[in-house]
Amino acid sequence: MSRQSILEAIRKNKPETIAAPAPYSSVKSDTDTITAFRTSVERAGGTVQQLSSRNEIAAAVQQHYPQASIVADFVHHPSNSHQNLLHDAASIEVTVLEGQLGVAENGAIFLHESDCVNRALPFITHNLVLVLDKSKLVHDMHDAYATIDTMKEGFGVFIAGPSKTADIEQSLVIGAHGAKSLLVLLA
Amino acid sequence: MSFTHTSHPKAAAEFVQNTNRMNWHDEALWFIRTKRDRIAQTVPDWELLRQQASEIKAHTLSKLDTYLQQFEENAIANGVTVHWAADAAEHNAIVLKLLQKVGATKIVKSKSMLTEECHLNPFLEKQGIEVVDTDLGERIVQLRNEPPSHIVLPAIHIKKEEVGQLFHEHLGTKKGSADPQYLTNAAREHLRQKFLAADAAITGVNFAVAETGGFVVCTNEGNADLGAHLAKLHIACMGIEKVIPQTKDLGVFLRLLARSATGQAITTYSSHFVKPAPGAEMHIVIVDNGRSTQLGREDFRNSLKCIRCGACMNTCPVYRRSGGHSYHNAVAGPIGAILAPNIDMKEYADLPFASTLCGSCTDVCPVKIDIHNQLYKWRQVLTREGHAPAAKKAGMKMMASVLASPKKFSFSGKMARRMLRWFPKLAVNGTLNPWGRQRELPKVPDQSFREWYKQHKKETK
Ligand code: SF4
Repeated sequence: MSRQSILEAIRKNKPETIAAPAPYSSVKSDTDTITAFRTSVERAGGTVQQLSSRNEIAAAVQQHYPQASIVADFVHHPSNSHQNLLHDAASIEVTVLEGQLGVAENGAIFLHESDCVNRALPFITHNLVLVLDKSKLVHDMHDAYATIDTMKEGFGVFIAGPSKTADIEQSLVIGAHGAKSLLVLLA
Repeated sequence: MSFTHTSHPKAAAEFVQNTNRMNWHDEALWFIRTKRDRIAQTVPDWELLRQQASEIKAHTLSKLDTYLQQFEENAIANGVTVHWAADAAEHNAIVLKLLQKVGATKIVKSKSMLTEECHLNPFLEKQGIEVVDTDLGERIVQLRNEPPSHIVLPAIHIKKEEVGQLFHEHLGTKKGSADPQYLTNAAREHLRQKFLAADAAITGVNFAVAETGGFVVCTNEGNADLGAHLAKLHIACMGIEKVIPQTKDLGVFLRLLARSATGQAITTYSSHFVKPAPGAEMHIVIVDNGRSTQLGREDFRNSLKCIRCGACMNTCPVYRRSGGHSYHNAVAGPIGAILAPNIDMKEYADLPFASTLCGSCTDVCPVKIDIHNQLYKWRQVLTREGHAPAAKKAGMKMMASVLASPKKFSFSGKMARRMLRWFPKLAVNGTLNPWGRQRELPKVPDQSFREWYKQHKKETK
């Protein structure tokens, strides 16, 4: 193991201690967070629908994905449900999960591992629906990290839009390896 | 995949021979540069963010040993195994041993410039292990038996018709089809099979957080996550410079990274890995490979702040017009030209000369590395060490072929405005002086007066 020799080389070669900068305070935009969040999600290739109550979730999912027959809804069902579906997660057409927090500046929604039900689920599902409480929107990434402990659980992820790639001649293609669409339901 | 070219001028000359392709490449990258500009302008505190990021990195580098140890300690407490590798050979040996221990023969890998730097793929393949690069661009270059030409956009040099032909041969897509949507979908189906069958996943690390022992991996495609979550073994490889002190520092870096890289507000996925999933193993390999030496070179120390966004390549007039492969190093472009001579001065002596020193790289760098100054300083070091004459001559030749052809440089009319794109910051005073360190050119209007007049006349008609 080279641990010791690497650390020694660093000690020998590093400069004198440079103080850490003061904590960052960002300049907040005046756009209200709901409008900014919606614009950001759409720019990232996702869709936002505002609900007047959480009772409308199932109907909204049905309306957006009328053809889907394999739907794993973990917002209405406990996380230990749908075990049969999870065994063949690659065939799940639509997964509905609850987000912890949404970021207005970039449309990213944070999920702890427990929100994902299974770490692979938000990625392997063909389409992803994230339900988010309106009160959980923040301005920017600094607010996000100040609000939640993103490293509290074994895994956590910010998701902004569906998976995408522009690796073939810079043409944007939605639906690379992960979800092919993202629907955000603001409740 | 290793490089066959060994000198930038020679390789660049080949690239330049095909003027159409060179212009196409140039434009594709300039387009990304403009996307970056547009989104940076929407962030009111952009310059403050860059300053903050630069200072966090400077602070971290000055206490790098402390932060690495803190990171290690916390990662171990999280149930992650931490390994240290002095060089590429040790890194590769560690990875191989981990794979062999669980009998893994099918590996999926997401983008990691470090494993490119260490030539991990050919090493593992020699041991009979299948390594599949899962980032679409990386899969394309892997199937072509080539290295990536750009750290963020590995297949930026390849045309869609070529991808169509490649996928027709390897994935059985329709002959003659070059539709990106269709081809991407074929790759999705092909790679989903690989993800589901993989024994182990290898990923890079964008940021490692000392205070928690967790690390963040950013992708747009979701390939790092599919690999890491579906396989029983996840090996994450990181250079020693990837550590940052606190989780909240991520707020600064994640706001800068994707905006600088592709002009997006954030990548689709910013995944925070902390503990292995139940029943799975997670390992981190911390690699030096010359970085601690660079830390000791005062003039070049700041290059370790790099967050691998690729912005300096997209803006570089030489990179855009010579292509990533001409740098014959895993990391191309201006930052590659600073990092490479640190590892092997003789081999990479030509790279610091492959620059106009226009300073555009420095202007866009999200962590404020003084890239063009460092290139200038490398030239002096290389001259002192006796590596310069050949390299400089070669560099001049390259400059001539890439930039100075009179056919490509008309100094009047439309071409004068294009000059700004080729020399984003260089003063154009009638002569081309690639060695000069010049003052900035006043902004050229998008339209010439004549063009404006013509258009104006049309509109008022
Ligand atoms: S040197 Fe700066 S601009 Fe270039 S890749 Fe690194 S962080 Fe980005």
